Amino acid sequence: MVEFSLPKNSQPKPGKHYPAQGAKRVRRVEVYRWNPDSDENPRIDSYEIDLDDCGPMVLDAILKIKNQIDSSLAFRRSCREGVCGSCAMNINGKNTLACTQAIADYSGTIKIFPLPHMAVVKDLVADMSHFFEQYASIQPWLTNQTTAPTDGERLQSPEQRAKLDGLYECVLCACCSTSCPSYWWNSERYLGPAVLLQAYRWLADSRDDADQQRLEQLNDAFKLYRCHTIMNCTDTCPKGLNPAKAIAEIKQQLLKHERD
Amino acid sequence: MARRPLSPHLQIYRLPLTGLISISHRITGVCLSLGLIGVLYLLISVAAGEAAYQAMQAVMGFWLVKLAYWGFVLALFFHLCHGVRHLFWDAGKGFDRATLQRLAMYELVATVVLTALYCLGVNA
Repeated sequence: MVEFSLPKNSQPKPGKHYPAQGAKRVRRVEVYRWNPDSDENPRIDSYEIDLDDCGPMVLDAILKIKNQIDSSLAFRRSCREGVCGSCAMNINGKNTLACTQAIADYSGTIKIFPLPHMAVVKDLVADMSHFFEQYASIQPWLTNQTTAPTDGERLQSPEQRAKLDGLYECVLCACCSTSCPSYWWNSERYLGPAVLLQAYRWLADSRDDADQQRLEQLNDAFKLYRCHTIMNCTDTCPKGLNPAKAIAEIKQQLLKHERD
Repeated sequence: MARRPLSPHLQIYRLPLTGLISISHRITGVCLSLGLIGVLYLLISVAAGEAAYQAMQAVMGFWLVKLAYWGFVLALFFHLCHGVRHLFWDAGKGFDRATLQRLAMYELVATVVLTALYCLGVNA
């Protein structure tokens, strides 16, 4: 449902300030905080980071806060090289992976929020369960009714394999889905760009023969057609992928499917 | 345990030009629908004889009405330009990441040019 303002319990209040002692090059980092063990509203804490004693990426700054300034900060991270998708968050108004963004690429204060329009578990940790349930609903695995060859794998031509480029790289970080206003207002029923790109990844796979069932499942006013080509998804994808294009491909396949 | 808050969305998200154009497309769509009442008034006035026509001329001369009229024209051309963009998208074209923001700029330029041409045509 469209609701422009935040519920009362979700409106952030000013928080604590942690100054850097004796640092020469200082960068101010503001971080959204919410503690499930307190009844207080979320707050925005600000930390001064000594850049001479910090790694180059935004994730390094967050790790420095956690390790040296305020150990109560909660966030997800794992690979620190943009392949796991764990550290997806909103940095200065845009969803991205904290590990692939250099501090030097931002000027002034760096403002960090959890992925937008999600239930917050703690601090920068958003509840991803619904997102992953939606992912499971598109049956993200190879389905093929024919018997597999006994002497090896199901082979693809280089051209068939090339159709998966720009799709298989998706790490399901949810940056795109949580950047989409349509997903904000209708996430209960709209699958969102990430899950739809994944759905197209299986439609585009020459080894998968469940196209018909997949298309029929997607042919729904809400699941697919809440995409209004706003393009925030493609704009924000930290892997340089194009969910909006994948959604357009699904729509075209559906048209073709209905004509046949 | 306290009830989980909803993370900020519109409040903090910095919409790219494409996103701003998208929401403007909606808003201008609503405005144009409302503006049809004005268009209807114009048509009725033209059809209802000399007195009604002259009354309409007086109304249209009022500065606020003039402003609304040119706002309508601008909204119309903007809505048209983004509508054309949607046509290309529906045909599966124009999704390139590299050209996304540039094509959005072209839309805005085309809107201004079309409005200017219309203005010249009306005042010629």
